[in-house]
Amino acid sequence: MRDGGGAAIWTSALRIARLVAADPHGCGGVVLRAGAGPVRDRWLDALRGFLAEGTPVRRMPVGIAEDRLVGGLDLAATLSAGRPVAQAGLLAEADGGLVVAAMAERMGQGPAAHLAAALDTGLLRVERDGLAEVRPARFGLILLDEGIGEDEAVPATLADRLAFHLDLTDVALKETAPSPSAGAEGTGDDAGSGDDHLAALCRTASALGVASLRGPLLALRVARLIAALDGRSDLRESDAVEAAGLVLAPRATRLPAPQEAEDTPDDPREPDVAPDPATGADPEEGTASSGDERMVEAARAAIPAGLLARLTAEGPRLRAPRAGKAGAKAASARSGRPMGARPGDPRRGRLDLIATLRAAAPWQRIRHRPGSASGLAIRLDDVRITHFRQRTETTTIFAVDASGSSALERLAEAKGAVELLLAEAYTRRDKVALVAFRGRGADLILAPTRSLVRAKRGLASLPGGGGTPLAAGIDAAGEVALGVRRGGGTPVVVMLTDGRANVARSGIAGRERAGEDSLTAARLFRAAGLRAILIDTAPRPQDSARRLAAAMGARYLPLPHADAGAMSAAIRSATE
Amino acid sequence: MIVNGTARISSLTSHPRSHPEAPEPSSAAADAAPRDEVEVGRQRERASATPQTTFPFSAIVGQDEMRRALMIAAVDPSVGGVLVFGDRGTGKSTAIRGLAALLPPMKAVIGCPYSCDPGKPAGACPHCATHASSRKSHLAPVPVVDLPLGATEDRVVGALDLERALTRGEKAFEPGLLARANRGFLYIDEVNLLDDHLVDLLLDVAASGVNTVEREGLSVRHPAKFVLVGSGNPEEGELRPQLLDRFGLAVEVTTPTDLPTRIDVVRRRDAYERDPAGFCARYAKADRALQKRLTAARARLSALDVPDETLEAAARLCLALGTDGLRGELTLMRTARALAAYDGAETVGIDHLRQVAPSALRHRLRRNPLDESGSTARVVRAVEEVLGS
Repeated sequence: MRDGGGAAIWTSALRIARLVAADPHGCGGVVLRAGAGPVRDRWLDALRGFLAEGTPVRRMPVGIAEDRLVGGLDLAATLSAGRPVAQAGLLAEADGGLVVAAMAERMGQGPAAHLAAALDTGLLRVERDGLAEVRPARFGLILLDEGIGEDEAVPATLADRLAFHLDLTDVALKETAPSPSAGAEGTGDDAGSGDDHLAALCRTASALGVASLRGPLLALRVARLIAALDGRSDLRESDAVEAAGLVLAPRATRLPAPQEAEDTPDDPREPDVAPDPATGADPEEGTASSGDERMVEAARAAIPAGLLARLTAEGPRLRAPRAGKAGAKAASARSGRPMGARPGDPRRGRLDLIATLRAAAPWQRIRHRPGSASGLAIRLDDVRITHFRQRTETTTIFAVDASGSSALERLAEAKGAVELLLAEAYTRRDKVALVAFRGRGADLILAPTRSLVRAKRGLASLPGGGGTPLAAGIDAAGEVALGVRRGGGTPVVVMLTDGRANVARSGIAGRERAGEDSLTAARLFRAAGLRAILIDTAPRPQDSARRLAAAMGARYLPLPHADAGAMSAAIRSATE
Repeated sequence: MIVNGTARISSLTSHPRSHPEAPEPSSAAADAAPRDEVEVGRQRERASATPQTTFPFSAIVGQDEMRRALMIAAVDPSVGGVLVFGDRGTGKSTAIRGLAALLPPMKAVIGCPYSCDPGKPAGACPHCATHASSRKSHLAPVPVVDLPLGATEDRVVGALDLERALTRGEKAFEPGLLARANRGFLYIDEVNLLDDHLVDLLLDVAASGVNTVEREGLSVRHPAKFVLVGSGNPEEGELRPQLLDRFGLAVEVTTPTDLPTRIDVVRRRDAYERDPAGFCARYAKADRALQKRLTAARARLSALDVPDETLEAAARLCLALGTDGLRGELTLMRTARALAAYDGAETVGIDHLRQVAPSALRHRLRRNPLDESGSTARVVRAVEEVLGS
């Protein structure tokens, strides 16, 4: 943490709260990264303070049921009224106000897609339980992100649609001044045009490597909002510069290049954000004014410290990029899928009320006895329960020994095998993950995925060389496997190694200590009851690898000269 | 045994809501009716047809391949659906909603839930078959139906009309989204997030043009001919290959990277957001011109025949790429013909083939995961080799 940095962050955090409160839907909302605690609470209190009286604020728990989120049939009212009565979901209730999503880093794809659709259209369309309706849902979204590190992040589909990305992790409680009280003010609808500022914001976004066009668009909206809050209808440069700092800076994927270095080739991993070098020749857009430079400079100065450190750091990025995280989350949302209803006992399944009513409805006139109280006559054999199909997906986790010079070729085989398995996994909807261990530790190169696009990108930047931290590799693979199992999937670990460890868990080189550590890790792995295959990659089958396989409870497969095809065939036959 | 449904079931739902801010009803759910529920019934269709100014199709910057594919599907619906895959925020949904506003209105039988064509025999439609004497028609907009995520199967295929069953004890069929989409477009955003069984069902209906409902004692067949338009982001999971193959055209959209285009996109979007009506008025003329072109292309389509040399070239192209089955060739031929009609060309030439080959074929290639170049590059390469550049 930097001294005094927290106070500055807090000041801009309050500014953001004020802007969001003024036009929640226009801003989209805020990704708020902070642990649960008094700092976050204080910010949320400040935000509520800025909102106009009576503005709805709805909290969305992480495991919210879909019918509660988007609405559906109100069963109680339907039964008492004797005709279908719809009930608004949480999103429609929040119209004109805010939705606060707790633990947003664990949000599944389903809720994220509903939120994204509502943010785009301001409407909520419901087609369920015999209902078809459209309700207004113009809300702002606050995503409470309690993720730690780069791998745990909110769904990228949502983050892209929210103007502000705020990180309060480095703000201490003593740095949070009590919020100044102020009422909400008008929205930015009446602010005048400013085509120059618009172009400047687009250029700044490009300079910072912000690929999505929502970045500059949201920045422009925020700039207009700033002007409106100031009581002006014209857009000034200071508004646009502030908006660039607030909206664009936290989205930066690279540092703005100095003017003369514009022609240097760009980072090959981010080809789609490269500025077109030809734009310099364009008469209209190419003349970078001093205002532009001021804006880029302001945005650069506003890049959060943590992000700045990441952007300045040299070397390849090993971690899976943030944008792909949503795919890995899908596992929890797919743990059981309703597959229709069937007759059954509601104590042994979830009652499907709609299907029950449908089953009972045609008989109502016959069953109705004159003189009896009105209401539905439902018999036991009308009762339907939801039939879930639990589809356990298999996730194959490759743990690849990427150490030493000979590993390079092995690595290429492993990459090939991963891609081959992935190609087959389409039809089976299985997933693949990759852990590599080399040097002093292990890295998750590819989080569980079935996307070939992401797999290729993750595998392309996989380096080799260094010592063999076998224990760390086993630990890491086990951790991923347990994560998969928690999500309802079936993990299978495929280790590719010669079994000769030379880096201990502590990261210190030493063959003996490393060997003991790896056997300890292997026994822990076995205790977890995980399924595993160990592929001996040494030119001649090794005793050490065989012993390790026994300790892990893994199937031992010596494959001295395997190519990618043979390897994937062996793995397939071993896992089936 | 008779269970009193009201008492029994309302006790299940009377536990408090999980969020503290919601106003809590004072007592059990039986008297919860005066909260913010809206009665639904016959007015539901009207509520969903609220007119909204959509971003004009002709105001979309760039994304030529996507716009062309959508226009081709509008000229000749038998092309068989469009799949749009690409980054976030590239205007996929915008283009499809814009297309809806652009389509020339069609003649439809008044009161028919399936918007039947009055010129066609009434036999296939359960409504028109029983109301054969009074088949008056009116001009109706071409339906572009949104399939929202989380839609349940009963709303998609249609189901027992719950209200009529409860209040009048009648067994009646309530048509679903597939009925509403007949003769129009069915749009699914994030198609890769849709449940498998729904996707299978949709593809089956889209291919046959008939929706067969066998549920809750109902047995209904009704026409459901529509163009399936799906969009998605490949980063969030891919589609199964057998599903990919069912779409006629597949286009890839990317975020524009050159600055002038980016500025133009942001500028138009901003102008639209601040004054939707004025913005739409400015592009109304361009939209009308596109609509005229579309109508003319449809009229021309049936008269255009495909010369043998074009057919042969299409066959050679598919052979070179190793696409399975005849679907690739058929789509390639139909797409090229629709494009020729749209361009006002006299005949379907090799150049039309060249233009549509990536959209019509890129999703039909056998995947080779070890081939680093994408399927688009492979199609382009094959086009150059087979058709010459």
